[in-house]
Amino acid sequence: MDIGHYTLVGFAKSFGLFYLLALAAAALLYACWPANRTRFDKAARDIIEDEDKPWR
Amino acid sequence: MVSGLTVSERQWSMAILVIVAFVGLAMAAAGANRADPMQAHGFIVLLFSLAVFCFVLRDYYQPEPAAARLASYYDDPSKAGIVVAMLWAVFGMFIGDWVAWLLAFPDLTFDAAWSSFGRLRPAHTTGVIFGFGGNALIATSFHVMQRTSRARLPDQFSPWFVLVGYNLFCLLAISGYFLGITQSKEYAEPEWYADIWLVIVWVVYLVLYLRTLARRKEPHIYVANWYYLAFILVVAILHVVNNLAVPASFAGAKSYSLFSGVQDAMTQWWYGHNAVAFFLTAGFLGMLYYYLPKRAGRPIYSYRMSIIGFWGITFFYMWAGSHHLHYTALPQWVQTLGMTFSVMLLVPSWIAAANALLTLNGAWDKVRDDATLRFMMMAAVFYGLSTFEGSFMAIRSVNALSHYTDWTIGHVHAGAMGWVALITFGSIYAVVPWLWKRERMYSPVLVEVHFWLALAGTLIYVFAMWNSGIIQGLMWRTYNDSGTLTYSFLDTMVAMHPYYVARAIGGLLFLLGAIVGCYNIWMTIRRPSELPAASGDIPLPVNLQPAE
Ligand code: HEM
Ligand code: HEM
Repeated sequence: MDIGHYTLVGFAKSFGLFYLLALAAAALLYACWPANRTRFDKAARDIIEDEDKPWR
Repeated sequence: MVSGLTVSERQWSMAILVIVAFVGLAMAAAGANRADPMQAHGFIVLLFSLAVFCFVLRDYYQPEPAAARLASYYDDPSKAGIVVAMLWAVFGMFIGDWVAWLLAFPDLTFDAAWSSFGRLRPAHTTGVIFGFGGNALIATSFHVMQRTSRARLPDQFSPWFVLVGYNLFCLLAISGYFLGITQSKEYAEPEWYADIWLVIVWVVYLVLYLRTLARRKEPHIYVANWYYLAFILVVAILHVVNNLAVPASFAGAKSYSLFSGVQDAMTQWWYGHNAVAFFLTAGFLGMLYYYLPKRAGRPIYSYRMSIIGFWGITFFYMWAGSHHLHYTALPQWVQTLGMTFSVMLLVPSWIAAANALLTLNGAWDKVRDDATLRFMMMAAVFYGLSTFEGSFMAIRSVNALSHYTDWTIGHVHAGAMGWVALITFGSIYAVVPWLWKRERMYSPVLVEVHFWLALAGTLIYVFAMWNSGIIQGLMWRTYNDSGTLTYSFLDTMVAMHPYYVARAIGGLLFLLGAIVGCYNIWMTIRRPSELPAASGDIPLPVNLQPAE
């Protein structure tokens, strides 16, 4: 367990940045992907409207 | 309740209770041998498991539940969890208000060790966060996961194990403080054996959640479940890492943390801030995203925003903990990192708050007439407020003024009373009539009374602390012409006194509101049902094909 302070800082400042940017991009893409829209709208509606009836 | 378990589940329960009772006996014996306070905890474990054992035994010979039960949701543990959460609320807030009066009138310890400030304070924080908040989260998560998955819980034993086991943990934690048992890590005070027990309970909880989701009939997992799952999963990670410790002896309560120095501080506040994020925020956002649209009868304003908010919250919060350690031995860049992420956190936080309020936009007449919905609306407002305040306080130069002062306490309670407690009360008022199949709460007027008591209490509390905190901070940094401090510490204490009295009065109103809530819930439960079971509030048949 001998990771020097500067190694750790270097890793955090390089990899950390890109890792978070990639995650942000992935989350945004998933949320805004047009094909997901109907699925999301349905999920939001289902808990209100259909909850008391079996589904299809 | 026991009659809802199958005979083999009853046997399982009794077997596990016997094992736990023996563990308790061993703890008591080992502790007695060394005159260690663990002895008392051993007896508590023993008595607790024997009491539950008798409870199971009493109904052991009841007939098995009919197979028809599988066609409905399993709500007994949710019902019990909500009642227990309200009892913890009254206990935790009573101790909180005691602490508040104690800070104004220091004689209120009555010269006993167990009632000193250092012991009452964690009894308050544990009572409200883990006792009240935790039980409410467990109870509502069982309710929400079944509804949104349209599947019944996979068995009847594990939800009870989670609920009862969790309350044993809370009991050990709080009784420990009064006995003087603590690891001295804020929000992680319980000692090693209680921590190990919580790990077991929590793993069962996680597995139960995943098993229910695996049985779901809805192809898409509704967003509330993501938040509840993040709460369960991350709290497990936080709890395990921060509590890594070596017991001084297996026969004693004392243990030593694996970390020391600044690493210890960083681990603790990584834990501490993520406890705010995942215990006090993520799970309650799960409540918000289910009960608010349900109660308002309108789908959430933007499902996309809820997803973006979710990933923002999960990934930003992880890095924000170091804002608790500004101007310490922690490297400057780590402090800056925490500060930056805290400021960025405002974005996903406000996404959630805005999403809630925009959902209500167009239904303000409902908010006006329905105190339950108003609880949820106010919670969203306080959530927006306290996250804005938090992001601001995380800026290093602002923190120079706020740190160590009552401003932090004001921020905490804007979040804890305004956000956590209000969303919980709102959700409880929504779910109690559904669970007990009543048309509505016993008294809508009392819900209204509770709402105004809670709102007034929160406002008085928070404004008192903002005032006293800023005055305190400014007095501490006022220099006179000769370059020395103008005010002694005692001067600041005298200046705080009126605000402490005001805070204690605000807290009293809040506590009274919770007691009114208990009465209302109790009367709702006791009144016979005049409502035929809501038609179709049942899971879908097991072998249904998923759509599409
Ligand atoms: C009746 C309502 C309440 C009253 C009167 C009250 C009172 C207090 C007092 C007097 C303190 C100690 C402040 C100090 O050391 O200077 C405190 C701390 C705390 N309370 Fe409350 N409280 C109430 C409700 C709640 C609720 C509902 C929660 C959480 C859901 C909560 C969470 C906390 C936390 C986390 C702290 C520690 C803050 C820190 O260390 O910075 N409180 N409370
Ligand atoms: C964007 C969101 C938030 C940020 C950036 C944030 C930031 C902060 C900061 C800077 C402090 C003061 C640290 C210090 O000087 O010691 C603090 C304390 C605290 N905050 Fe927040 N906060 C946020 C949201 C919340 C929410 C929603 C809650 C409650 C439900 C909450 C509960 C607490 C607690 C309990 C403490 C006291 C910790 C302690 O010293 O014991 N925070 N927060």
